[in-house]
Amino acid sequence: MITIFGTLLVVSAVDFKPWGDPLQPASVHVSPRYIERTLEETGVPNVVTSVLADYRGYDTLFETSVIFTAGIVVIILLRRQTDGKGTG
Amino acid sequence: MVKEPDDVIVRTVSRFMIPIIQLFSFYVYVHGHISPGGGFQGGCILAASFILMAVAFNIKEANKLFKKRIALFFIGFGVFLYAFTGVVPLFLQGNFLDYGYLSKILPLNSVMARYYGMAIIELGVQITVMAVMVSIFSDLVTAGRNEEMLKDNEDGNYHR
Repeated sequence: MITIFGTLLVVSAVDFKPWGDPLQPASVHVSPRYIERTLEETGVPNVVTSVLADYRGYDTLFETSVIFTAGIVVIILLRRQTDGKGTG
Repeated sequence: MVKEPDDVIVRTVSRFMIPIIQLFSFYVYVHGHISPGGGFQGGCILAASFILMAVAFNIKEANKLFKKRIALFFIGFGVFLYAFTGVVPLFLQGNFLDYGYLSKILPLNSVMARYYGMAIIELGVQITVMAVMVSIFSDLVTAGRNEEMLKDNEDGNYHR
């Protein structure tokens, strides 16, 4: 089974576009707009930062919420009160 | 029961390194607008400096400097700072997380408002990541005991 799926993956990977091709669909949709207008719209020279924090702000907000949840869950599971009876 | 490490080289080197690590984390955060870096990376480096403090000295001293209650406050404060910065433009006729509208209450034009809005939310990310890393580390190391329960253990090591 694994061999069949592995063979399918390798066969389908042959048909991929060349890596970094500027004309492939992923590179012609919204990427040029971000690259061209980041500096004039946000004043940040780093496109990665502007996409992460501004254009895709929701993503980063809920990424932070995931970190927050991880910390809270560890506190709920592990932290104990002074008397040793209740769980924090 | 682990013997308390009393290594003068480790202590001296980490005493010099901890301020440098903390400065470097703020460099990574501030310079994240220009070079690779930002809130997550800066927060992890800042947490690493606190963890180095706990490893090189002992966890009790580190917990005295950065109490778990304060860590819990910072965990919430970072997310609050991010979400609050996102909510403020809603009251200024903008969309959620549309920092350009912060220019109505700040003495900035809308481009620089987006610039500093990103800086504020990255600071929120950094605070949350730092506090979560330190909190998880100290909870795992001390098995969730807090400062008061550890007072009778005078050697600074946490064993049952």
